[in-house]
Amino acid sequence: MSLPGLYIHIPFCRTKCPYCHFYSTTDLTSVDVVIASIVGEMELYADEFDTFDTIYIGGGTPSLLTIQQLDVILSGVHRHFHIPPNAEITIEVNPADGDLAWYRSLKNLGVNRLHMGVQSFSDQALTFLGRRHRAEDAVAALENTVRAGFDNFGLDLIYGIPGQDMQSWRESLARAVSLAPPHLSAYQLAIEEETPLWQRHQRGSFDIPDEDASLSFFLETSAYLERSGYHHYEVSNYASSPSRKSRHNQKYWDHTPYLGLGPGAHSFKEGRRWWNHRGIEGYLKDLAAGTAAPVAGDETLSREDLRLETLFMSLRTARGIDLAAFRLQFGENLLKEQHTIIQPLVDRGFIVVNDERISPTTRGLAVADQLALIF
Amino acid sequence: MGGLFILRNMDYIRNFSIIAHIDHGKSTLADRLIQHTGVCDIRNFQDQILDNMDIERERGITIKSQAISLPYTARDEKTYNLNLIDTPGHVDFSYEVSRSLASCEGVLLLIDAAQGVQAQTLANLYLAMEHDLEIIPVINKIDLPSADVERVIEQIDSELGLDTDTHLKCSAKEGTGIEDILEAIVQRVPPPRGNPGAPLAALIFDAQYDPFRGTVIHCRIMDGTVQSGDIIRFMYGGATYKVEEVGHFLLARQKRDRLSAGEVGYIIAGVKTISDVRTGDTITLENRPCDKPLPGFKEVKPVVFASIYPIASDDYEDLAVALEKYKLNDASFVYEKDASVALGQGFRCGFLGLLHLDIVQERLEREYDQSLILSVPSVRFRLTLKDGTVLYVDNPSHYPPQMSIAKGEEPYIRAAMMMPERYLGAVMKLCQEKRGMNSSLSYPGPGRAELIYEMPLSEVIYDFYDRFKSVSQGYGSFDYELIDFRDSNLVLIDILVNGEKVDALSQIVHRDRARACGLQSCERLKEEIPKQMFKIALQAAIGGEIIARTTITAFRKDVTAKCYGGDISRKRKLLDKQRKGKKRMKMIGNVSIPQSAFLAVLKSDTD
Ligand SMILES: Nc1nc2c(ncn2[C@@H]2O[C@H](COP(=O)(O)OP(=O)(O)OP(=O)(O)O)[C@@H](O)[C@H]2O)c(=O)[nH]1
Ligand code: SF4
Ligand SMILES: [Mg+2]
Repeated sequence: MSLPGLYIHIPFCRTKCPYCHFYSTTDLTSVDVVIASIVGEMELYADEFDTFDTIYIGGGTPSLLTIQQLDVILSGVHRHFHIPPNAEITIEVNPADGDLAWYRSLKNLGVNRLHMGVQSFSDQALTFLGRRHRAEDAVAALENTVRAGFDNFGLDLIYGIPGQDMQSWRESLARAVSLAPPHLSAYQLAIEEETPLWQRHQRGSFDIPDEDASLSFFLETSAYLERSGYHHYEVSNYASSPSRKSRHNQKYWDHTPYLGLGPGAHSFKEGRRWWNHRGIEGYLKDLAAGTAAPVAGDETLSREDLRLETLFMSLRTARGIDLAAFRLQFGENLLKEQHTIIQPLVDRGFIVVNDERISPTTRGLAVADQLALIF
Repeated sequence: MGGLFILRNMDYIRNFSIIAHIDHGKSTLADRLIQHTGVCDIRNFQDQILDNMDIERERGITIKSQAISLPYTARDEKTYNLNLIDTPGHVDFSYEVSRSLASCEGVLLLIDAAQGVQAQTLANLYLAMEHDLEIIPVINKIDLPSADVERVIEQIDSELGLDTDTHLKCSAKEGTGIEDILEAIVQRVPPPRGNPGAPLAALIFDAQYDPFRGTVIHCRIMDGTVQSGDIIRFMYGGATYKVEEVGHFLLARQKRDRLSAGEVGYIIAGVKTISDVRTGDTITLENRPCDKPLPGFKEVKPVVFASIYPIASDDYEDLAVALEKYKLNDASFVYEKDASVALGQGFRCGFLGLLHLDIVQERLEREYDQSLILSVPSVRFRLTLKDGTVLYVDNPSHYPPQMSIAKGEEPYIRAAMMMPERYLGAVMKLCQEKRGMNSSLSYPGPGRAELIYEMPLSEVIYDFYDRFKSVSQGYGSFDYELIDFRDSNLVLIDILVNGEKVDALSQIVHRDRARACGLQSCERLKEEIPKQMFKIALQAAIGGEIIARTTITAFRKDVTAKCYGGDISRKRKLLDKQRKGKKRMKMIGNVSIPQSAFLAVLKSDTD
């Protein structure tokens, strides 16, 4: 099995976006304490984990950290764990943060992959999303990225924003492609319960695309980016070449062990998954109390749990389900036992099947969760 | 009641039932009698205390007859043992009433002072007369401002044909007139006959399964005496058991040394083979049997039929056991094996009406933890074939080929509806839509109208009752009796899901209603069947001819954008829940159909 991945969660944002349901706070007073605690947390796992070949610093907004703060984190990582030279080290960046000097220093810290939350190239859409940056900030940030010497970076884009039609979405895609990022993520705007956006939607302030329109956006995105030379390798992810796929995310999808540090982070190893306190207070309190990890809960996955996760995570990827691996792990030949189910799905163009794998088509990716429930 | 001495002599026993139309106050009067005789202290009291099933309390109606023994010291200073049986008023539970009456020598016939004599007042009076019982008419609810005692007295004479001098008046709610009722029971209801020294003859009128003690048999001792240690024999099947315990009913079972002629009580004899116990059978002693069994009860005649299936076919055996136990406690429920192509093994069941059906289903789910699918209810049709054979069909899957049928007939009812005058128009319109005919209208009281219609029973079991309640805004009362079979142009409609017939959804209907009925079934299925990977075609057909159709669109896009930061557990739990929900659905072809879809097909369209 491949080497474990390390995730570090920075639960701070300068402002809160109205659609966001992730835990993060805009109170930045405890940033240094949390960073120190994350480093402290590493020590607790020093025996359990040894080598990581991917590191992902996510959030929240890790780009609001100074180089010194990021250095504290990454030096901590190197002190406690072995990080091979070819490791993928990613950080999420908000286009509103950081100047060229910051990007350059980032590069010097060993970060080699950037993930930029551009979301849209339309100022109108950015306003709706409550983002801090304008379209031109995104362009400038990408220029800095390239000038600082990063050759591995990706953009996040959001579609299905009220007021956005297919034409304006295509324009956003075209803008993105013209900047030639090696990686692209395209998400549909989800109205998550209890967010300010959800409340506005409840009041009927705006409409969101129905299932048919959502599917059109999804298919058009896929077709457009494939035409532009990207490979649609996961529901929301596109890569310009196989080496530009996110190696870190891949670990979530195939049950490779990963360690999550920081408030709310999840970890997985040997069939057990555990997660830290989401709230900063609870997280800090546990860590301060002694040597125990600030874990809020855990579960041991049953065979059934693992099976279901394998199905729905695999079916989110273009590769799909590896039949031999599945048979080895679960003693089940999906093709043989599920023949009555598989053929109709093939006939209707949701999956393609060969001796080695069951892979979703683009239409299949659009209903990946439902596909998983069929097996 | 610690040291109270109760005379055991039969002269000091009175067995009586309280009978009436629904809601006329039987259970409330029982409360007052119980309190007056001090069986229950104030602290533990609750209204309609004999309605002890949850489902009775929730719906505010009595479903099962309930017996209780009350010690009463009368004005003659002697203490009597009064065995009271509270009975249900709703027509669907009339079998409960008739069985209770077999244990009694008299009845209190309650009449609501405001509503006056109603259909079940008469029906229950006739039952009491058939059993030759002493009848004490009691006018209840005299406290109501709308009470019209004079009119009711008039009706006792003109409609019930009883001597008006015999009536009593009370308010069960306020507790007035209670002592006079108790005295009348002592003085007018004759003591039971029967000989405690004769061979045992005990009539089983009810039973109940207790997981620890086996079957608890409720019976009336006609002759003889029974006590623990006796070897008893069930005369119908011949099985013998050793009596473990006998007793009578207070608010709970109360153990006693013996039960003898004239008494109502229970016998526990470790009976685990449920089929040995049949309501209506006679229990006697093995070593000293009586000559012949007691006459027992009239057979139940179900009027509404439906099949039930377990949601998971594996649960069939479980369901079979549950039905057997349930049947013990509901003698008016009948069932036999049935099988459906779509739903597998199940049971064809007969009910005394729609409310009964509803209650059976709910009790099976609650008390026996069963998850059920119910087919569309049907009445029993009479078909005359071209070769002259006459066929009774209550199960659409037994419907013969249309070509072979010479004549179809369906049962008709006379429906009596009472309502404030202002709803008359709406109710008439509804009745006409339901093929009502030969109506008559009268005004029994100022502002109140009584409307009588003859209607096909099948229209009433469909969704009439809900709609009636709704158009009369809950102020209407509705009652019916079966009258006869009448000619009807019948057809069988089938429901097809993606081209596959779901036999449990087939219905026999009047040809004029076929299209509307088929469309409605399709529409309701559409609301209940969740979207799936494929488009689902829903069709209604008569033979090969499609008469209605609709489709359920497929999933277009349904996938979460991202699994954030390795939080896969949350996502899995969501999907797992969906998957478990799917498991509880029936697979028909490649379509998963939830239980609610089957139920929805019979739901009223007004809510
Ligand atoms: N005003 C008034 N209301 C009464 C009286 N007796 C009963 N009621 C009310 O009438 C309603 C029906 O009473 P129940 O005792 O449940 O009637 P029931 O005859 O047992 O009904 P079923 O068992 O369902 O046939 C309840 O709301 C009682 O409170 C009375 O004397 N006066
Ligand atoms: S920046 Fe990201 S994490 Fe912060 S509020 Fe906005 S969407 Fe949420
Ligand atoms: Mg009652």
